[in-house]
Amino acid sequence: MFKLWSTILKDIRILTRDKLGLIFMFVMPIVLAIVITAVQNSTFEMLNTNTVPMLLCNRDTGDAGKQLEAAITKVGMFDLKQVTPNVTDKEISNRMHAKDAVIAIIIPADFTSKIKQKANETAAKALRNFGLQTDSLKTGNSTIQPITLLYHPVLQESFRHSIQGALRSALQMVQSREVLKSMYFSINEKQLPDSLENELLSNQVAINEIPVSRDGSRNIPNASQHNVPAWTVFAMFFIVISLGSSVVREKLNGSFVRLKTLPTNYLVALISKQLTYLFVTFVQAAVVFSIGIWLFPSMGLPKLNLPADITGVVIVTLICGWCAVSYAIMIGVFAKTQEQANGIGAVSIVLMAAVGGLLVPSFAMPESFQFVMKLSPLHWCLEAYYGLFLEGGKLKDVVLNILPLLGITFVIQLITLYGLKRKNLI
Amino acid sequence: MSNAAVLINNLGFTYPRQSTPCFSKLNIEVLEGERFGLFGPNGAGKTTLMNCMTGLLQFQEGSIQLLGHEITHHKKSINKLFGFVPQEFSFYQELSPAENLAFFGAWSGLQKQEIKNKTTELLEVLGLADVRNKKVQEFSGGMKRRVNLAIGVIHNPKILVLDEPTVGVDVHTRHAIVNYLKKLNENGTTLIYTSHQLNEAEDLCNMVALIDDGKIIAHDTLNQLLLDHKEDGLEGLFINLTGKSYRDS
Repeated sequence: MFKLWSTILKDIRILTRDKLGLIFMFVMPIVLAIVITAVQNSTFEMLNTNTVPMLLCNRDTGDAGKQLEAAITKVGMFDLKQVTPNVTDKEISNRMHAKDAVIAIIIPADFTSKIKQKANETAAKALRNFGLQTDSLKTGNSTIQPITLLYHPVLQESFRHSIQGALRSALQMVQSREVLKSMYFSINEKQLPDSLENELLSNQVAINEIPVSRDGSRNIPNASQHNVPAWTVFAMFFIVISLGSSVVREKLNGSFVRLKTLPTNYLVALISKQLTYLFVTFVQAAVVFSIGIWLFPSMGLPKLNLPADITGVVIVTLICGWCAVSYAIMIGVFAKTQEQANGIGAVSIVLMAAVGGLLVPSFAMPESFQFVMKLSPLHWCLEAYYGLFLEGGKLKDVVLNILPLLGITFVIQLITLYGLKRKNLI
Repeated sequence: MSNAAVLINNLGFTYPRQSTPCFSKLNIEVLEGERFGLFGPNGAGKTTLMNCMTGLLQFQEGSIQLLGHEITHHKKSINKLFGFVPQEFSFYQELSPAENLAFFGAWSGLQKQEIKNKTTELLEVLGLADVRNKKVQEFSGGMKRRVNLAIGVIHNPKILVLDEPTVGVDVHTRHAIVNYLKKLNENGTTLIYTSHQLNEAEDLCNMVALIDDGKIIAHDTLNQLLLDHKEDGLEGLFINLTGKSYRDS
């Protein structure tokens, strides 16, 4: 026990004197968690509360163009900037290049007349199907010139789709109103009353969003709940930079030769490293979680809500940390130089993070990657944390994520022992 | 009659992926209390032989006994019997001499109080007491050599294996190290030493073996060897027996 304690003390001393390693271990995850949460939070806010700058060029002089303008305004998603009708498409593009707006809509000159014509045709068809005859409406199959949507190439596809959805909804509203007005006029020979129009066209069914949580709470997950656990896992595994290098340095600097001639098994050194760095990963998690809880709100970011099952969080953190430490030691045992350990370690962690669902949600992963994803320890760490942080689960709810993680850790330990044996280090 | 500190019988060793053996049927005996010097040109097999003695390399044939204990396989219990001072600085540069001694002392099987006492004694004797808490990476080459030596002797080994312990140090440090080694020997420690510093070796060693191409070509007291080969110094004897050509080209 004294040997183990002396070794732990030695490892702690070396660790605390490695300033660069400490920066990697503690500053990097804090910066990552803050930056990524802030970026993702601002995206959420842009979609939910902020508005997207949009140029609107209404070349139509009729009611429908104005109604469409009003409907787009009502969507609440856009910061409308009116452009006079005589401005050319080219000039609008130039303004977008100058970052005046990321999207622009051009309503064609004959929009109202075409909409009305199409509405009359649709109404006539509908009335005929209802068995009603009308002389005022004629059926036909005219087409409406499309509305032009210009978008800046920086706009991501998913974001563009949500804008398109909002526009379609506004257009649908204008078209439906015209069809309704036309049908009402044909039947009653008078204008559709405003009160009835509003009642018919207003959305009667509200959408009640409820997150599916295991504990029955209705806390809506925010950017912090998603990002803080994810980047904590990433940081834990990035310990490979410090620990992997430490193992290689020990092998190369000659102290290893001396250790082999002493009456103590090298496994003591490995156990010491595992305990020391497991403590480090635990402190990393505690620091990042604390920042999420106490610092984020003062930075205007959503607060991290800790799950009710704190014991579960502690156990999951320890198991994730143990896996991260085991992986770093394995890299250190097999690497021949510090550069190899750093390069292979860093790249492999980024790859495992990518396939493990840290960069892209695991449900969005292609079918072919589902198997590879399950080999990534970061995937299981993330799933276990999400089970606690997002789903409000308890330790028993994430056991099925912890078991594969323990299995992977066990395999990593076996590979490490094989490497040490093969290199005659134990 | 003295007992053998190290007894090597028919040692055979070949490096992996090499066809030519490094040693074949090599025999040598070092008696307890000797100051044994092993010399030879570069690539002669000195370091390899020391690595076999300390269990760092596993030999394929023959046997090595340390104080009567067979080390056919690297056994940790035997490691208490000897101390090893490798040619490289084999310690943690980020730690102070006291911290290094505390760690290596524990790994050598000493208890806390023993380590404390021995650390104070060694740092005093080797002139490191004033810098006991400074990081070793800030030390000169000579000071690092002394730290390297202190770690090798902290557990009072019966046999001390030294691979070029004074390489790259100034005259003062060399003098201090050699004197300390003599003192250790007077207290019963058998020294097994290799170096290219032949003047130093003449001063330190009372028994000499010359190794060349994996074979022991001479083994006797220094005085007897000089007498037999009509040489007045170890350097002349060395050239006489190993020739003048380069061995590591």
